[in-house]
Amino acid sequence: MTTDFSKPTPPSADKRWRLVDATMRRLGNHSRGLIETLHTVQETFGYLDEEALRYVAISLRVPLSRAYGVATFYHFFTLKPAGEHTCVVCMGTACYIKGAPQLLSALQHDLEIKPGETTADGKVSVLTARCLGSCGLAPAVVYDHDVAGKVSPTDLRERLKKWTRNDS
Amino acid sequence: MTPEELEQIAEEERGTQAQFLHRVNVCLAAGCISCQSQSVKDAFDKEIANRGWQRKCQSKGVGCMGLCAEGPLVSTAQGALYQHVTAADAGEILDALDSEPVSRLVCRTDVPFFQRQKKIVLENSGLVDPERIEEYVGSSGYGALMRVLTEMTPPEVVQEVVKSGLRGRGGAGYPTGLKWSTVAKAAGQHKYIICNADEGDPGAFMDRSVLESDPHRVLEGMLIAAFAVGASEGYIYVRAEYPLAIKRLRTAIRQAERLGLLGSSICGTRFSFHVDLRLGAGAFVCGEETALIASVEGKRGTPRPRPPYPAQQGLFGEPTLINNVETYANIAPIIRHGGEWYSQIGTEKSKGTKVFALAGRVLNTGLVEVPMGISLRDIVFEIGGGIPEGRCFKAVQTGGPSGGCLPAEFLDMPVDYESLAKAGSIMGSGGMIVMDETSCMVDVAKYFMDFCMTESCGKCVPCRVGTYQMNELLARITERTATPPDLAMLEELCDLLRNTSLCGLGQSAPNPVMSTLRYFADEYKAHVEEKRCPAGVCGNQAEEAS
Repeated sequence: MTTDFSKPTPPSADKRWRLVDATMRRLGNHSRGLIETLHTVQETFGYLDEEALRYVAISLRVPLSRAYGVATFYHFFTLKPAGEHTCVVCMGTACYIKGAPQLLSALQHDLEIKPGETTADGKVSVLTARCLGSCGLAPAVVYDHDVAGKVSPTDLRERLKKWTRNDS
Repeated sequence: MTPEELEQIAEEERGTQAQFLHRVNVCLAAGCISCQSQSVKDAFDKEIANRGWQRKCQSKGVGCMGLCAEGPLVSTAQGALYQHVTAADAGEILDALDSEPVSRLVCRTDVPFFQRQKKIVLENSGLVDPERIEEYVGSSGYGALMRVLTEMTPPEVVQEVVKSGLRGRGGAGYPTGLKWSTVAKAAGQHKYIICNADEGDPGAFMDRSVLESDPHRVLEGMLIAAFAVGASEGYIYVRAEYPLAIKRLRTAIRQAERLGLLGSSICGTRFSFHVDLRLGAGAFVCGEETALIASVEGKRGTPRPRPPYPAQQGLFGEPTLINNVETYANIAPIIRHGGEWYSQIGTEKSKGTKVFALAGRVLNTGLVEVPMGISLRDIVFEIGGGIPEGRCFKAVQTGGPSGGCLPAEFLDMPVDYESLAKAGSIMGSGGMIVMDETSCMVDVAKYFMDFCMTESCGKCVPCRVGTYQMNELLARITERTATPPDLAMLEELCDLLRNTSLCGLGQSAPNPVMSTLRYFADEYKAHVEEKRCPAGVCGNQAEEAS
């Protein structure tokens, strides 16, 4: 059975929606392309907001509840924009026994935020990763997409200082 | 593409390689890249150009050389291996190509770390450029596929894999040949092949390394599997957290399609195979096959009861073969050298080799491939070089959140599926974390329980509620407020989760707790009865950091 279905127009004239449309088209605008499409949205916009979820849900003809369910089920997707800088602490087993908890408490102590939160001034987001696969370099931290290995709380604090100093 | 044309590409590639008098291989796998190995590679390129050595010396980006902790690693065709190389060292290394290696950077290769390994899966790692299909073809790549397509029938291929005795490298160790023959016999119009590259175990990076270092080997394994079971479509489910592996896989797929090794009518036969990537989005439960299938279908990754097994009803309701990255990586050598050859390596029930990601409190952290049946002592103390800073070995953790912690008394046990299971752990996907006296085993058990609790998909009650309750009990023990009845309750819950959870995640979640209760009962006792943490870990972290 086929029903008439006209594709919705993107929420804005932002050209990035074309990338999202391209992903959906590549997967035949089929509901099974939901996760791949959300990956594209997050890659291009940085996070998934309600507007994006609604647009993807309607385009792929899935209930909004399913799009929201998928977006919240997987850790990789985030519904909030990240801060200017991100600091991801790896919490894999090797990093854990080599001092990742100390790194995390140093961050929590200095920035007064918990993992998954962003500082009030929007400068730094602190995240944790299940495992980066850089176990040979434990403990590992990702500063704005660059993996650093064998990190000490002192290294971490220096980086935080640099971020807050340069930008203020 | 015919076998002759493939051979021609291989010949040409070998010819090109032979023209160079010297070769410098720079590791461009994720571990070394995070130590700035890309700038080292660029420095070599620039230096070679400055000297006008373009026809004399080749500099090449290659995959993982194993000793990740000492990166960036550089090797030369003369057989020298250099560690901690910086961009400034490029000139000096090039100067030394005709003479003695630069002694201050040399990494000795006559040590057990290199000598005791046996490389099948990793045979090309660190030698070929993962971004050029020609190099893979030049080292006999896709030869096994050609042989399968031109000389063998699908049942013969399955038979060869059965003969090899290969077992699933994802962790459970199900015989691969048996799985293949079930899918081959299953009735269905369309069949699917899935490669599970959702390496979820924290502390494991074997699959990432294989994909980054030798992606074509995995594709070739999938192609052979597709031919054997009669599938024409495949998916690689890879973690979005591995951007480099994704990039190299995409390149590899494009190159194989260009050469006609992937696509329609491969090698002029009626065999067609298309493969696409699906990015995982960070859910440990998606390592479970039915959850993985749900995720490939674009849904939440929740498992469903088996049977029906994916071999009968998998992706989109069709028969589906799911194997792990390392399993597929073993296929080409098995076809090339024969199942018989493979079955001579390893132990009676566990054949071949296994790749382990050796990490934690051990001197040589990195990737190692060893024959099955080697002892834990050999891995930790010979290959791993023992415990640094003169500390004492306490435990080795295998199998991640589904595995267990084994104490020193098991060091002489052979590493195979059965022995590890008997000791209360599992082979798992290959993460091996060494711990010394600075680790508190209750804290480690809590770490894994916290992980399982966060990763529980929430579908079945024993896992969703049980992991939460166990985590609370373990928190109380580490905070030293627990009472003896709490400990009894913890043991009872272990049993409950193990027997009543829907999928492997919940069933195996108690393993770290059970194994530590069994071998490190005195540590639990110290926390509960004497209100102290023998390792001095519990409750001290906040003080240390501030």
